[in-house]
Amino acid sequence: MSSKILLNSKEIEIILHRLACQLIENHNDFSNTVLIGLQPRGTFLANRLKEILTEQYHIQDLKLGLLDITFYRDDFRRRDEPLEATNTTIDFLIEDKNVILIDDVLFSGRSIRAGLSAIQDFGRPKLVELLVLIDRRFSRHLPIQPNYKGRQVDAINQERVKVCWKETHNKDAVYIEHNT
Amino acid sequence: MKHLSVNHLLGIKYLNKNDIQLIFETADHFKEVINRPIKKVPSLRDITIANLFFENSTRTKLSFEIAEKRLSADILNFSAGQSSVKKGETLIDTVNNILSMKVDIIVMRHPNVGAGVFLSKHIDTKIINAGDGTHEHPTQALLDSYSIREKLGTVKGKKVVIIGDILHSRVALSNIFALQLQGAEVKVCGPTTLIPKHIASLGVTVETNLKKALKWCDVANVLRVQNERMDVNYFPSTREYTQLFGINQQVLDSLDKEIVIMHPGPINRGVEITSDVADSNQSIILNQVENGVAIRMAVIYLLAQQIKR
Repeated sequence: MSSKILLNSKEIEIILHRLACQLIENHNDFSNTVLIGLQPRGTFLANRLKEILTEQYHIQDLKLGLLDITFYRDDFRRRDEPLEATNTTIDFLIEDKNVILIDDVLFSGRSIRAGLSAIQDFGRPKLVELLVLIDRRFSRHLPIQPNYKGRQVDAINQERVKVCWKETHNKDAVYIEHNT
Repeated sequence: MKHLSVNHLLGIKYLNKNDIQLIFETADHFKEVINRPIKKVPSLRDITIANLFFENSTRTKLSFEIAEKRLSADILNFSAGQSSVKKGETLIDTVNNILSMKVDIIVMRHPNVGAGVFLSKHIDTKIINAGDGTHEHPTQALLDSYSIREKLGTVKGKKVVIIGDILHSRVALSNIFALQLQGAEVKVCGPTTLIPKHIASLGVTVETNLKKALKWCDVANVLRVQNERMDVNYFPSTREYTQLFGINQQVLDSLDKEIVIMHPGPINRGVEITSDVADSNQSIILNQVENGVAIRMAVIYLLAQQIKR
């Protein structure tokens, strides 16, 4: 398996700041906006954005929830491996709120579809937007597009985008891996 | 990846420690789901479940039914009282007829011991035992242990006494298996006539003095006297039973610690437990009922995961 680096930690840092600024541009002080990170991998990105927004841009009382979509997926019983659930922690209602769904890689769009269904169980949001770090073009199974994206890549199906975070891999980096 | 080691839930006897752990972890997620504004997930949209109750039930039947609905399954309800069983149809015929309607999972309560095991050998579908005679009631034992884990943090190392009619109780047997698998110590307490002869072979101790048993334990699981299963008199009078084995506030106050009180229901208030104890802060009886839904959702979800189309 060969792998090449797509983003290094410096580039990720710059992208995260840009995404934070784009969010502020549309959502001002976030008084009616909440962030929802999709479990398991979107949560690192969501936490990092929250950190930047609160510490560097002084957004007060920013609400962040973590959403598990296991029970909403459309591949239940269609895979060889069982699906394993993770925690959902959303301790606020999203009724009439602007919701920003956050995930690391947008590929087929099926996880986001599940996330859109799951989010409805916490109320009727006013608006839902999608933020992703990596948008893989030409791979969508559903008509879903991000409102905010870190980097767009054209990867072929045999390739895999791997996102590493300081929290789990000791450094931030995005790789494209190819099965040879 | 995590799988259950079994294809059916026929009894705790067939489970291992990891199965119980997996069921509890899955139930944690469902407990969060049933406390949401919209308490439903779409996972089992294409699964049909038949609830076959050949014996009366209120709590278990409702709990299974609501668990299935929360998972978005389609359900069929069947009670033996209003069925062709009365006309002489055999169990296998009844079930095969129901299966022809394309049912994926059967939840069954039956008055005969081993009915679930028997059925699992003759039909090709998932079976969940919701109580078979005086044998096992696995989901009750799972929710009991889950409630202990929730209240005390862990089941391992805890001392649990099961009090009352052990002889006729499927809850007692399933609880003994489940608690021992998780490393708890189990004692049974009741009139000697209501304690099975060879119960010590299961590794439990027997105590006939209620006060001593309560002093020893962290948790007391109080059972009902099952008069409907008794062919002879096992004790002289209900009044005497209550005096010797009834839990009241006075006896709890005389202990030097606060123990957890459980009861699988239905309660006979004033017989095995007084109202003030059943409704006290020490009692987790209603938590058990809430946890029952989460546990049953977890069991159904994990078994449904094994169904391939």
